[in-house]
Amino acid sequence: MASKNNKRTSSKPPGNQQAGQRATDNMEHDATQVIRDSSESSIDMSGVDTKRRRMLVTGASVVGGLGAVALAAPLFSSMSPSERAKAAGAPVEADISKLVEGQSMTVEWRGKPVWIVRRTPEALASLAKVQGELRDPDCVEPQQPDYARNDTRSIKPELLVMVGICTHLGCSPTYRPDIAPADLGKDWLGGFFCPCHGSKFDFSGRVYAGVPAPTNLEVPPHKYLSDSLILIGVDQGAAA
Amino acid sequence: MRILDNTVAWIDERFPLTKMLEEHVTKYYAPKNFNFWYYFGALSLLVLVIQLVTGIFLTMNYKPDGDLAFASVEYIMRDVNYGWLIRYMHSTGASMFFVVVYLHMFRALMYGSYKKPRELLWIFGMLIYVCLMAEAFMGYLLPWGQMSYWGAQVIISLFGAIPFGIGDALTLWLRGDYIVSDATLNRFFALHVIAVPLVLIMLVVAHILALHEVGSNNPDGIDIKKNKNAQGIPRDGIPFHPYYTVKDFMGAIVFLIVFFTIVFFMPEMGGYFLEHANFIPADPLKTPEHIAPVWYFTPFYAILRAVPSKLGGVIAMGSAILVLFFLPWIDRNGIRSIRYRSLAYKVLLFSFVIAFIILGYYGMQAPTPVGTFISRLCSLIYFGFFVGLFFVSRSEKTKPLPERVTS
Repeated sequence: MASKNNKRTSSKPPGNQQAGQRATDNMEHDATQVIRDSSESSIDMSGVDTKRRRMLVTGASVVGGLGAVALAAPLFSSMSPSERAKAAGAPVEADISKLVEGQSMTVEWRGKPVWIVRRTPEALASLAKVQGELRDPDCVEPQQPDYARNDTRSIKPELLVMVGICTHLGCSPTYRPDIAPADLGKDWLGGFFCPCHGSKFDFSGRVYAGVPAPTNLEVPPHKYLSDSLILIGVDQGAAA
Repeated sequence: MRILDNTVAWIDERFPLTKMLEEHVTKYYAPKNFNFWYYFGALSLLVLVIQLVTGIFLTMNYKPDGDLAFASVEYIMRDVNYGWLIRYMHSTGASMFFVVVYLHMFRALMYGSYKKPRELLWIFGMLIYVCLMAEAFMGYLLPWGQMSYWGAQVIISLFGAIPFGIGDALTLWLRGDYIVSDATLNRFFALHVIAVPLVLIMLVVAHILALHEVGSNNPDGIDIKKNKNAQGIPRDGIPFHPYYTVKDFMGAIVFLIVFFTIVFFMPEMGGYFLEHANFIPADPLKTPEHIAPVWYFTPFYAILRAVPSKLGGVIAMGSAILVLFFLPWIDRNGIRSIRYRSLAYKVLLFSFVIAFIILGYYGMQAPTPVGTFISRLCSLIYFGFFVGLFFVSRSEKTKPLPERVTS
C-alpha cells in the first residue's frame, strides 16, 4: 500500500512537469504564430491583445465618466434655490395709503428691501437738472420693466418702487432727500447714497457717473391693485 | 527598550515607518544657515493644528441655522465650559494663520524660494493660500453677525460681475437663495468644516513632499547638494531632527506666548480680528454703515475698490492673486537670494511690500477721494512690481555667489 502510494507520487511530478513544459511551448508557439501571420496584429510579445485591452479600458472610462457626470448633475442642482426658497420669493402687497409726500417705506420681497417713495414735486423737478451727470440717464440698461422706462422710472410719476440694493456690491443705500448736506457737498439735490463705497443715485435711482456702481438701481416688477395697494413681484398687466 | 525595538521592527515589516521618519525627519538634511524667517513654515503647521482641534470642538456646540447660529455662538461664549477659550483660539488662530503665512511668503520672495527647482512647491503653497482665503471667508459667515452677513453678500456678488448672464446665475447658485440666507449658511458650514479642510490637508502634504524632494532653500539661495561629503551628505546640511525640531520648538514657545496674550487680553484686537459690527445679529434689511473685510483680505479689497468699474475691479483683484502663481517665470534671474541681487531688485521688492501694507490699510477705511487716489497708486506699484521684475531680472547686475553657505 505504502509502496504503491510512493510509486504514484514519485512518478507523477515528472509527468506534470512535462505537461507544463508543453503548455508553455504551445503558448509561445501560438503567440509567434499570430505575429507572423498578420502584420496588423494587436497582440504583443507576451500574448496580450492590446487593442482589446485599450477598447475595454476606454469603454470603462467613458461609462464611468458618464456616471460621474450623471451624479454631479443632481449634486450641483441641489445647491440651486429649493422649492421652498422659490415659494418664499412670491409677490408681496404693500399698502401705501399712509405714505405722505417725501416719505419712504420699505417692504421685504425675496428677502430684499423694496423702497416705496412718494416723491415731492421738487424731487421730481431735480431729475431733469442732474440729467447731465448720470451714467445712464435714459435707462438703456435693462434695470427696470418696460413700463417703468421713463424719466421718473415709475408707473405713477410721484411713486417710486425700487429694490434697495446697491448695484455695486449689494449694500443697501440710504435715502438722502436733504439738499446740500455737509457730507455730500453743496451740489447734492437729493437721492440715494450708498455708504459702503460712496455710490450716488438720483431721486429715481439713476446712478451718477464716476462712482463704483455700474448701473441704475433695479425697479422690480410691480402693479397697482388699487390706488393704495401695490403688488410687488408681478408685472403690470399680468394676472396676479 | 527591547520591546520597543521589536515593535518598531514588526511595524517596519508591514509599514515604512522608519523609512519615512528618516526620509522626512532624522535624515532630512536642511541647510545649516536658516535664520529667523524660517520659523514661519513650521508655525503655519502649528496654527493649522490649532484650527483643526478647536474647530472640531466648536462644531460640537455650534448650530448652522439662520435662526440659531448667532445665539449658539453666544452660548459657546457664555455657557459652554471654556467655550470662550476654544472660540477665541479659533478666531485668533484665523488671523494668526495669515500673519505667519504672509511672513512665510515674504521669506520665499526674499530668498527666491519659488525659483527652479521649487516652482511646484511655490504653486502648492499658493493653492494653500487660496484655500485658506476660502476657508477664512466661509468661516467668517458662520457667527451670522452683521459683518458676516454683509461681507458674504459683498464677496458673493463679486461673481455677479461676470457678463452674459453667467454672473447672476452663478451668484444665485452659490447662495442657493435670492439673498444670503439659511441655505447659504448651511453650505458654507459644510464647506468650511469638511470640503476645504480636506483639500487643505492634502495640499499641505503635497507642499511638504515637494519640499523634501528638492530640499530646502536657504538665505544664501545656493544649492547645498552641490557640495557633499563621502557619505553623500551635504556638507552644509544638518538633520532636521534634532537641530531644527529644537529650533522650531523654541519658535513655537515664543509664538504661543504672543498667541495666548492675544487670546486672553485682546481677542478682538480692537476690531481687527473680530469686527465690532459682528456682535449684532445679521439683518438682511439693514446694511452696516461701513463694510470692510477682515484685515487679511483688505489689500485685495483696496485693489477692487480702486478700479472705477465693477467687472474691472473684480478682474484686477483676481489678477492680483493669480499673478503670484506665475512668479517663478516672471523672475528670470538665476540668482535666488536678495543678498546677491541688485539694488533695483531690492527697491522693487521694498516698494511692493510697502504698497501691499498701504493697500491693506486703505482697504479697511471708508472710501475717501484721498484714499482712492492712494489705493490706485499702490495698485499700480503692486502690479508694477511684476512688470518691473520681469525686465529687471533679465539684465541685473548681481553679486558673486559664495561657494558655501555663510552664517
